[in-house]
Amino acid sequence: MAAEDLPSEFDVVILGTGLAESVVAAACSRVGQRVLHLDRRSYYAANWASFTFNALLTWIQEQQEGPQPEQGKDWSSLLNDGEELIHLSNPDLDSITNIQVLSYASEEDEEVPDTAKEETSANSQLEAESTGSREEESAEAEEESAEAEATNTKGEEPEVDQSHPGASSGPSEPTRKKISYAQLLKEGRRFNIDLVSKLLFSRGSLVDLLIRSNVSRYTEFKNVTRILTYRHGNLQQVPCSRADVFASRQLSVVEKRKLMRFLTSCIEETEMDQAYSSQPYSKYLQDQQLGENLQHFLLHSIAMVTEDTPTEAGLASTRHFLRSLGRYGNSPFLFPVYGLGEIPQCFCRMSAVFGGIYCLRHSVSCLIVDKDANRCKAVIDSRGQRISCSHFVVEDGYLGSRSSVTTPTRLLSRAILITDSSVLPSDSEQQVSMVTIPPGEVCQSAVKMVELCSSTMTCMPGTYLVHLTCQSVGSAFEDLSQLVTKMFQTPESQEPGGRPSVLWSLYFNMADGSVPGVEGQGLPSNVHVCSGPEGSLDHEHSIKQAELIFQRILPDEEFCPPAPNPEDIIYDGESPTPSAEEDSVKEAGQQEESGGDLKEAGQQEESGGDLNPQLDQ
Amino acid sequence: MHGRVKVKTTAQQEEEKRKEREKKLKIYVAARDACFSKRKEGVCDDEALQLTQQLLSSNPDFATLWNYRREILMHLETVKDPDEMQKIYEAELSFLEACLKVNPKSYGSWHHRGWVSARLPRPDWARELSLCDRCLSLDDRNFHCWDYRRMVVKVSGVPVDQELEFSDRLIGSNFSNYSSWHYRSTLLPVLHPQTRQEPPHASSPRGPQSHRVCEEQLLKEYELVQNAFFTDPNDQSAWFYYRWLLGRAEREETISCVYVSREDERVAVAFSRPINARCVGLLLVLDGQPLRVEWRSVHPRFRHSPVLICDLPPGTINDVTNEHNLTVHWTGNHTHRDCALYTGRVESWCRDTATDQELFRSELSVEKTSVLQSELQSVKQLQELEPLNKWCLLTIILLMRALDPLGYEKETLAHFQTLKEVDSMRSEYYSDLCCKFMIENTILKMEYAEVRVFSITDRNLTSLCHLDQLLLVTHINLSSNRLQRLPPQFAMLQCLEVLEADNNFLENLEGVYHLPRLQEVSLKNNKISTLTDLQPLASCPELKRLDLRGNPVTQAASVESDLAELLPSVTDLLL
Repeated sequence: MAAEDLPSEFDVVILGTGLAESVVAAACSRVGQRVLHLDRRSYYAANWASFTFNALLTWIQEQQEGPQPEQGKDWSSLLNDGEELIHLSNPDLDSITNIQVLSYASEEDEEVPDTAKEETSANSQLEAESTGSREEESAEAEEESAEAEATNTKGEEPEVDQSHPGASSGPSEPTRKKISYAQLLKEGRRFNIDLVSKLLFSRGSLVDLLIRSNVSRYTEFKNVTRILTYRHGNLQQVPCSRADVFASRQLSVVEKRKLMRFLTSCIEETEMDQAYSSQPYSKYLQDQQLGENLQHFLLHSIAMVTEDTPTEAGLASTRHFLRSLGRYGNSPFLFPVYGLGEIPQCFCRMSAVFGGIYCLRHSVSCLIVDKDANRCKAVIDSRGQRISCSHFVVEDGYLGSRSSVTTPTRLLSRAILITDSSVLPSDSEQQVSMVTIPPGEVCQSAVKMVELCSSTMTCMPGTYLVHLTCQSVGSAFEDLSQLVTKMFQTPESQEPGGRPSVLWSLYFNMADGSVPGVEGQGLPSNVHVCSGPEGSLDHEHSIKQAELIFQRILPDEEFCPPAPNPEDIIYDGESPTPSAEEDSVKEAGQQEESGGDLKEAGQQEESGGDLNPQLDQ
Repeated sequence: MHGRVKVKTTAQQEEEKRKEREKKLKIYVAARDACFSKRKEGVCDDEALQLTQQLLSSNPDFATLWNYRREILMHLETVKDPDEMQKIYEAELSFLEACLKVNPKSYGSWHHRGWVSARLPRPDWARELSLCDRCLSLDDRNFHCWDYRRMVVKVSGVPVDQELEFSDRLIGSNFSNYSSWHYRSTLLPVLHPQTRQEPPHASSPRGPQSHRVCEEQLLKEYELVQNAFFTDPNDQSAWFYYRWLLGRAEREETISCVYVSREDERVAVAFSRPINARCVGLLLVLDGQPLRVEWRSVHPRFRHSPVLICDLPPGTINDVTNEHNLTVHWTGNHTHRDCALYTGRVESWCRDTATDQELFRSELSVEKTSVLQSELQSVKQLQELEPLNKWCLLTIILLMRALDPLGYEKETLAHFQTLKEVDSMRSEYYSDLCCKFMIENTILKMEYAEVRVFSITDRNLTSLCHLDQLLLVTHINLSSNRLQRLPPQFAMLQCLEVLEADNNFLENLEGVYHLPRLQEVSLKNNKISTLTDLQPLASCPELKRLDLRGNPVTQAASVESDLAELLPSVTDLLL
């Protein structure tokens, strides 16, 4: 498609392939809007993307090098009377900062376990501290150079000469063959490493949307198999389903009864005691005659709220968790096989099936605004073509400085680890674990950790992929490295123990997309801004945002009605587009079409067939 | 609006679907008819196999076709060598898997699979077991699969401990599963049988204890099942398993009492369970000489009865100056009981001293009192948390009865009251159960007092039970209850002289039948309305006094003369 010119007229032009943008694209195409969906990047899903190991290394390099300088072309020749330009910028300038890579895997294929290598660790920690406050300064003009400095690793190659004596005490299983860095590179295609770490609540709005729109047929899911929590320096399994409570060895039978009774009463939505309307949830839990154990589980792992969350909100979160339980298994969460990056792509695919046109490495340079109407009439793409449109949807990153003028950027701290064993070994090696680490336990803020096993198709066999996320206080490394040292075996770990060894780790900060929106900041009324990923575990924010934007664009249309079965679509001579587009997007969406897993999970559910929207009603 | 995807209309879709269905039906019917005609002609060829396969894969519940298929396969066995048959049967198994996917609860498919597995020259039982694992993981209540699994386990000799682990797994994933709990109850006695060396209780009957589990394992099971009912006290399956755990072996079959009456020249024998008078194999030996007698149950309505009677040949024991020794042999069970009738005595009996354990605790455990006591404590703990849970209340009642029926009487009655309120749908069931317990308690009290008087008045009794225990009772007082009938079992009260049952709702006296010693009957304020209702009394030869005041029957016109005709022996009639 590269050489051809695009049609010069669309109903909706969308820039950025993040989740909200992709949902809007699917929703608009589905009801017959002509959609042009662009992304400047070479991959789908923006900051929601998943990368193979090698692609992630490339991504890190790109982030460190900073964006290509843009030619400040003059587009004024394309303007008509009464029009003005709004220039867009590069989305990656602010969103990712403080990248830090630490590799501990040995470079060669060796079996000697005690030569864990570390790369530039002392050096990088020092720099990390000094770069903590840098993003505010760099907000304006000199983004590129600041970005380059903020990232302080020189490359991915481990430096062999800095072998650490601390690691010589050895990991727990010396017989186990250590996975070398070379193997990680060689098997890099088996990794699908997400930039964000989220899960789908089985009864969350994203699952509802996937079912309702039939987008679910493009992807498969796995159940999170267990919920863990970190307490008093130990990992414990949180009993949340009936089967868990029954099997739990930590709870006495009386505690079991109390917990079950509390959970049941929560689901039944009995009227909340008004006396607690202004009290925190933690106080409410205290007064339910639940032991400390149970209070911890309920507050941190089930409601996943803080000590001072009001009772009403706490109960609502608890209920949300519980309602999602048992729909597809014994935990409330689903994780997409091949990683979260699949989901925006599924919606893009749906959009393409219904005629949406897709271009990567293709951006919009400027918006053309009708001064009088204060509406965006058209865009100028990165090739200088004027494309008229009635609506423009854009990822907030493209608005550059515009979006961060009023509100200081909040950040998320992320760590991604490749480890050699599970944080809590069990009978099965294929556990998908959601771990909550309450604030104050190790880190200042609450940390959410997701450990993925190789059957989720996100890491190579024999390894686990661990995602850590928290609200930033300092840099990602400052926020999370202490926890990593405590829970895993790294050369910095004080005492040895049967903990999993970290083979490779990546720390970075990402802009928190939950910052209030930017509509009305001098943007034309038909320009709609989508924020990037935020820190919560679920997808509610983006789905709500997408629905809201869709309703602003097409107030009278249904949002993502069920897509018809392919055999029910009539193709006549005039509109052969759907089938052709479907083929092209099949390539883009890498994986084979199959909703198998999700369907099978649906059968186990007692009410049955929720994923089949016809039956659902 | 332009650009919108055009979708077929519903009518269009319906029409297409209808045509599709019609086409399918045509093919199906044609294939079916072909099959039937082939079978009629006795053809057993490959084509028939294919035709039946085609039909069964869309409708696996077509039993006739499975039968035809088996006929063909059996025919093939006669013409092909085992290796070829192995291949054919293996193909059959994969075909069956496809059928089970269509309907995992098809009787025909599962039965055929069992048949094929049994005929397979070299069966692969591991594969069959994993098929069961898979099916049960999809639906842990598929009883077809449970049946098949039991068959596979039995035939292939899967170790019992492995199967127990399997039930652990299923219960772990969902404990609302009768099948798994039940499976445990069959595995545990095999895997952890009760050791013979340490009898569980002093008064435990001798004989086989095959259904019992050793104490150590029992304690583990108690813990497991407690976890289940504390997690979800409304789930019945765990409670039922708990009842099984607490239960004890069936009572041993014994002769519990032999009674002989010199005057009536009659012998009555009570057994620990109802037995059939005709085929029981009882032998009566009098003073060393076997006697030919005819055993019969106490009431013609029963063939089975826990009390059997026989009349001795006239003149055998009627001389009071003679001493006689009787022995009743229960030949089928190799047990017997002796009874001596001494000089000058008109009756005699021989029986065990009835203790509460032997009489009524048969439903609950013979485990050590300390174990039961601690079980009671934990269930009471649950009851504090869930005061209105019926399973919990019922279990408490049963445990209390096992521990000390008289000591806990008051608490038991209070719990019954709560039960009737929280589970009003079953209030009559609880009433009957409560009656049973009260009767048991009254019998115990009578035994302790060593009297032959049974009195249970003003207790809202709705039914009578354990009447076989009242064989020796001479006076019974059932006044002021809610009884509607004296059932045929009442005829077991062979020694009864005085019956008081005032202020009930009696309308049926069926059980007052051939009671040889009955002299006084008081039935004031009941619902007896016709003479026919009183007919059974005519069979009691000694009846002298009858009080019918306050019954509808007294309103009848010629009641007095009719009664005199019906009951000529009655001299004292109160109307």
